[in-house]
Amino acid sequence: MSDFQPILLANIAIENSHTRAVYESTGGYAALRKVFAEMSKADLIELVKASGLRGRGGAGFPTGLKWTFLPKEHPGPIYFCLNADESEPGTFNNRILMEEDPHQVIEGLILSCFATNTTTAYFYMRYEYPLAWKRVQAAVDECYEAGYLGKNILGSGYDLDIFLHRGAAAYICGEETGLIESLEGKRAWPRIKPPFPAVEGVFHKPTVVNNVETAACVRHIAERGADWFRSMGVPPDPENPRDPGSFGPKLYCLSGHVEKPGCYEAPLGITVNELIEKFGGGIWKGRKAKAAIPGGISMGLLTAEEFDCPLDFAGPGRYQCLGLGTAAVVVMDETVSMVDFLLNSSQFFAHESCGQCTPCREGTSWALKIMQRIKAGRGRLIDLDLLLEIGDNIGIIPGTTICGLADGAAWPLKNGIRKFREEFETYIKQTNPSGFAETEPVPALEMIGVH
Amino acid sequence: MTTAERILTDEMIDAIKAFIPRYPSKQAVTLPALHVVNDRLRHVPLQAVVEIAEILDLAPAQVQDTLTFYGFFKQDKPHGEVRAWVCRSISCHLRDADALLEHMCQKAGIRPGETTANGRLTLEFGECLGACEHAPCMLAGETLHTSLTTEEADAFLEDLA
Ligand SMILES: Cc1cc2nc3c(=O)[nH]c(=O)nc-3n(C[C@H](O)[C@H](O)[C@H](O)COP(=O)(O)O)c2cc1C
Ligand code: SF4
Ligand code: FES
Repeated sequence: MSDFQPILLANIAIENSHTRAVYESTGGYAALRKVFAEMSKADLIELVKASGLRGRGGAGFPTGLKWTFLPKEHPGPIYFCLNADESEPGTFNNRILMEEDPHQVIEGLILSCFATNTTTAYFYMRYEYPLAWKRVQAAVDECYEAGYLGKNILGSGYDLDIFLHRGAAAYICGEETGLIESLEGKRAWPRIKPPFPAVEGVFHKPTVVNNVETAACVRHIAERGADWFRSMGVPPDPENPRDPGSFGPKLYCLSGHVEKPGCYEAPLGITVNELIEKFGGGIWKGRKAKAAIPGGISMGLLTAEEFDCPLDFAGPGRYQCLGLGTAAVVVMDETVSMVDFLLNSSQFFAHESCGQCTPCREGTSWALKIMQRIKAGRGRLIDLDLLLEIGDNIGIIPGTTICGLADGAAWPLKNGIRKFREEFETYIKQTNPSGFAETEPVPALEMIGVH
Repeated sequence: MTTAERILTDEMIDAIKAFIPRYPSKQAVTLPALHVVNDRLRHVPLQAVVEIAEILDLAPAQVQDTLTFYGFFKQDKPHGEVRAWVCRSISCHLRDADALLEHMCQKAGIRPGETTANGRLTLEFGECLGACEHAPCMLAGETLHTSLTTEEADAFLEDLA
């Protein structure tokens, strides 16, 4: 690991790294030429499958396998949606790629579209990325000028258009079927699956949804091969027949209470401790760590004692977290109150639930009301059980909701209360000495006029 | 049909129509059309919704349904000349974003979501702006303000006072 050289971030420090001229001067678009000269679509799918690449958008689904779910011999059109909605709290790796090296993403996207036989791709970007928007649009324009996009790309006979589509500040548009509904011009209500997008996606056609970083990885796999990609990361767990391993480089977003927050690249499997020490410059202000979010707020919490957790697709699950998610690590120092953490997390999910499923809509909004009441010194010990009841019952995993937002809302509740229960109990007893043991139902805070 | 005065200019109509060839359905142009109007008018009045629906062969309720799903588009009155979001999500929260937003609101004399009396600024909270390495941060129009201090926030507000 010590001799690891950044791959996805290799060129971001070069001046004008976002331009085609600089990208080409560092070998850009060679992979595209090579694939058009040497490979069929099926070869490219096989290559990506063999590389073990798993989606970087949060779910870690094997990319090549997802592509093979598209119907064979389909008359078309098949659509490709590049998911650049990036809104998971703590996450900014897609932004860095799009701002500093957009051509890398576009080359990967062109290759991915070629493999999946797509001639129209929608690049769905969240609204709050004005610089990324400009740079990606400029890069797409440069590609049309250079013949990397449009009709008969590089004389290959392959046509492709990429259209940018701008979101409107809603987290749920990152969920792939929410994205599809949003792209169709409707409210971004996720769809019940199946049918999966590969069978019926946008405009009732087979659709691939992939993340920005996933596309960037495809570019490098096409250039350097599957074995090279598999030389980095963590092999499958022999104890777990369903673990396909975690291969390749990964962009880790590090923020919160570290000296040097930033986006850092390492082979999959770096531990939280290594990330903080090697890249983050340690915990800020010479303090001690208390906890960390392992991969975006949806993934739950690790205690400081659990910082030996490896950040590969299987690691955080072994520490009762939901998963690797977006590999966005948010570190909290010893001064942070877990009550404040959980209030913040509850506030986010209550705000972002799309409201379609009752367990999610009601669960997230009641979790917030309960947390507000606890914070205001009106909490009861029984509230912790109520929060756990919500946490244990909302989500795809318990089978009560349409999409994974609810699982993401559940995990901070479950990990927060189970791993830090004593702290919550102490807070409740101290701030509500006369009422902490009450068990009778109580009205929500706003209904009793306390703020 | 409505008798209200037309809101969309020819330029806006052209800008909206330019999106139509990109998608196999006209309804997919809803969000781009809302942005076209919002970019220019800083809100999307109901009359604009009716006119967008007409261009896209939709019922106004379909466009209105989409618009209201995104808390993003204001309808009653335009947002300020500058619309700013102070991030309140976890990485920014851990670096005192709550206090920052409160301070800014107090100084500007408004509550989150409101516009200053001179119409120059709308100040809102935002969820994670995807710039967590720069916490606490604020997106004002197209400008990202990184690792924002109280002093910098004050200077920002004074410029718009
Ligand atoms: C609530 C929610 C939000 C999501 N947000 C994003 C996102 O912003 N970007 C993203 O790539 N994937 C996001 N995902 C995951 C997508 O549904 C999908 O799995 C992913 O885009 C597939 O791309 P990949 O296979 O390349 O990872 C989200 C999922 C959920 C449940
Ligand atoms: S789980 Fe929540 S966010 Fe997802 S579809 Fe249901 S209500 Fe919407
Ligand atoms: S949490 Fe504020 S930008 Fe991400």
